[in-house]
Amino acid sequence: MPEIFTAFTYKDVLFLLQGALVTIALCAMAISCGLPFALVIGLMRTAKRLRFLRWPAAVYVEIFRGTPLLMQLFIAYFGLSIIGLNLPRFVAVSMPLILYTGAYMGEFVRAGIEATHRGQREAGLSLGMTQYQLLRYVVAPTAVRVMIPPSVGFLVQLVKGTSLAYVVGYIELTRAGYIVSQSTYATMLVFTLVGAIYFGICYPLSLASQRLEFRLRRHA
Amino acid sequence: MTYKFHWEVPLQDLPAFLWGALATLEISGLAVLIGLFIAIACALARLSKMAALRRIAGAYVEVIRNTPLLVQIFYVYFGLPAVGINLSAFTVAIIALTINCGAYCSEIIRAGIQSIHRGQTEAGLSLGMTPWQVFRYVILMPTLRVVWPPLASQFIATMLGSSVVSQISAEELTYAGMLLESRTYRTFEIFFAITIIYFTMSQVFSLASNLTGRRVFRQAWGQL
Repeated sequence: MPEIFTAFTYKDVLFLLQGALVTIALCAMAISCGLPFALVIGLMRTAKRLRFLRWPAAVYVEIFRGTPLLMQLFIAYFGLSIIGLNLPRFVAVSMPLILYTGAYMGEFVRAGIEATHRGQREAGLSLGMTQYQLLRYVVAPTAVRVMIPPSVGFLVQLVKGTSLAYVVGYIELTRAGYIVSQSTYATMLVFTLVGAIYFGICYPLSLASQRLEFRLRRHA
Repeated sequence: MTYKFHWEVPLQDLPAFLWGALATLEISGLAVLIGLFIAIACALARLSKMAALRRIAGAYVEVIRNTPLLVQIFYVYFGLPAVGINLSAFTVAIIALTINCGAYCSEIIRAGIQSIHRGQTEAGLSLGMTPWQVFRYVILMPTLRVVWPPLASQFIATMLGSSVVSQISAEELTYAGMLLESRTYRTFEIFFAITIIYFTMSQVFSLASNLTGRRVFRQAWGQL
């Protein structure tokens, strides 16, 4: 056997774990930047007086939910360089993930805002609350409670989604697994490990999301 | 911005893209169809009295739902040859997507089955309905009614997700784009055009499923 192949050692495991850290970092970036964005989208979609704000937000959500994340990654990644932006690769890969998060979480924000019953709003108004007070003390508490379970569920989707950064050659967990599998030829072992790491990240989140949803339903 | 767009590049290759779109529909359609059988078996297993069956089905669903499709595809793609089975990339793509889809659909089917209360069957029988009538009107139609919108969105999700199988060079829409890209290097224009095709397909299917839901199952608009 030629020497280009090396045996699978603990160093490869470390390399995979490094990849896992990159995956988590990508998710953290997507969530922390995507959440404020989602708030804006959700508020735009539920705008009452400024109705013209609704449709751009709706179109945005439809586009990002109606096209493959893979394509979004390709377009954002190569599109950024076309408009002359030379961003660090981490940022360039995060960009489509942020936009994707904004679209999905924006819908959760909307559902949360719409969960407030009309009577509650009217009750608040008749008590003499200002618009801000209404938002802060009537709408927001329900909205946040309704939003949390699906958002935690979305985190799972996001972790899995970051694996697509593989296609632009960004070294996250899946790409790391691919590299190790090509150099050691321990393909099945490597992909089992990679799958196990993803499972280790995602399964607790899935469980948490289920629990939260159960609790929400029990209180409702 | 000094970049000059060449939109004629994807336009000239439109026939190849449309062929790719058909292949995408074929892959995702087959995956959902075969996946449904797995899903029904799996949902029944998860509701069965045998703990072993419940556990196996549960493990399958959780493992698939908590790992990325791309990793599952690699697993099948590299795993099957390792045990001496050599299949085309296209077949591997269908197998991987079917396994994936089966897990997601099984949750939908399970919710559908659980939505029918047991007393309803008994009520139907005591009203003098034949067992067939009970199955048709009390079990099947209401279940389909519950299951239809999420199944339709699962089909769309599978169709969009199937773009990933281009990574093992299964020939579908995204692969057609990658092929043209490797000849022309017009990455942005090509993938933009392909995204439009995906978007059109997802909108058409979303509308179609809404229409069917309304017509056949008398649902309100906007279930998807």
